[in-house]
Amino acid sequence: MKRPDLDRATLLEARGVSRLYDPGKGCEAIDIRLHRGEVLGIVGESGSGKSTLLRLLAGMERPDAGQVVYRSPVAPGRDGSGHEGELDLYAIGEARRRALLRMEWGLVHQNPRDGLRLGVSAGANIGERLMALGERHYGQLRAAGQDWMGRVELDPRRIDDAPKTFSGGMQQRLQIARTLVTRPNLVFMDEPTGGLDVSVQARLLDMLRTLVRELGLSVILVTHDLAVARLLAHRLMVMRRGQVVETGLTDQILDDPQHAYTQLLVSSVLTP
Amino acid sequence: MTSLTQPFLSVDALHKAFVLHGQGGMTLEVMRDLSLTLSPGECLVLAGPSGIGKSTLLKMLHGSYRVTGGTLRLHFEDGDLSLDTLPAHAWHTLRRDVIGYVSQFLRVVPRVPAVEVVMEPLLARGVDEAETRARAEAMLARLNLPERLWSLPPGTFSGGEQQRVNIARGFVAEHPLLLLDEPTASLDAANREVVVQLIQEAKARGAALLGIFHDEDVRDRVADRLLPLTPHMGATIAPTKPAAEEVR
Repeated sequence: MKRPDLDRATLLEARGVSRLYDPGKGCEAIDIRLHRGEVLGIVGESGSGKSTLLRLLAGMERPDAGQVVYRSPVAPGRDGSGHEGELDLYAIGEARRRALLRMEWGLVHQNPRDGLRLGVSAGANIGERLMALGERHYGQLRAAGQDWMGRVELDPRRIDDAPKTFSGGMQQRLQIARTLVTRPNLVFMDEPTGGLDVSVQARLLDMLRTLVRELGLSVILVTHDLAVARLLAHRLMVMRRGQVVETGLTDQILDDPQHAYTQLLVSSVLTP
Repeated sequence: MTSLTQPFLSVDALHKAFVLHGQGGMTLEVMRDLSLTLSPGECLVLAGPSGIGKSTLLKMLHGSYRVTGGTLRLHFEDGDLSLDTLPAHAWHTLRRDVIGYVSQFLRVVPRVPAVEVVMEPLLARGVDEAETRARAEAMLARLNLPERLWSLPPGTFSGGEQQRVNIARGFVAEHPLLLLDEPTASLDAANREVVVQLIQEAKARGAALLGIFHDEDVRDRVADRLLPLTPHMGATIAPTKPAAEEVR
């Protein structure tokens, strides 16, 4: 048997990124490497800096120091041969950065109302990113809308209904459809199950797992919920007071935590 | 000795300690200086009382526990692979393609039907869905899981039923190295028999197996060698049972 090729191309890399609002608030000198096809969970309590870090990585907030480098693949979502080189996220212009977020990346907000346009139809929400990529054919936009509503387990017959008539769980699934319809290379998720009832969470988690596998998604997931991290993330980073205290495989972090803070965090979880 | 083939796995002077920061930094040394080798087609069974570190060893080999000291190596035709220094992301592919793990407990994902739990390791490799489903169903049928349960999430299954789902999931992907943590613990005699057959088939196709079995009958039938672990120090390699037949 031959030695397996275990290396995967790096998709996103942060080198020493810092953004401090106050001492200990924000994040400080963070290094990250996200590999293609990998779900990286960033866990920590509120105020640990994990949401700040997500904004820095996603091009939404300029760091005080450090670099965020994106290695854009030529063929989106494929197994990773060749890329068009490195993009230094904050060295390129604002317009290019926004285009990247619109075209190649996706962002799933904790509150679906932040990621949806509530007044326009579900179909129009799903079609919007496709239109931004140049799709104009009404029939194809509508077909994509119906297809994606089915994928996220929404009734395609409600394609003309506005999201404000949907429940919270349905809105979250619609937001995910709207984000993934363009097959982004990289998806950022901020507490995607955070505001949902537990019964709705399970369905969403299962759906996200399937989509990650089927689309080969690379994801940076911020969550304070270690059970969500266990189910979705391949690898974890534990943050505390703006710093990374430990990184490793998800089961390493949860089953054999090394750092005092991680041990405290893991041992404090209630299991029903 | 058991086999003339080159070992697939070598463990040298393995050391594991847990530092408990919540207990004032107390250090719990659970393994010291454990060495073993394991060849393709061979089943090595870890023996010793509970708490001696058998599961800990399997978890280190699966990357779930970190290695405090010593080396873990896999030997391939074109070179060795050190597991103790592997970067975290390399484990994703290694677990998918090389090292399989069957624990006593199924970690249930809400809402996922039993058959899809079994399909997941093959789907992760990109195996065609229809073929994957057929292989998963065949495995569940062999393990006597009633067909009406296949489409249900295993959360409500009995312990023995959940364990059979777990065994099906562990064996369906035919990993070259299989770690078995009491796979027969809560099974009836008929299903223990199926597991014994699955292990023998895995050996016949050249898989290397490292297992923990408390059931002596199962142990005697699958083990080519026993490795007794002794308190606090692990063990050195000590074949206590001559191989019944030559494996390849």
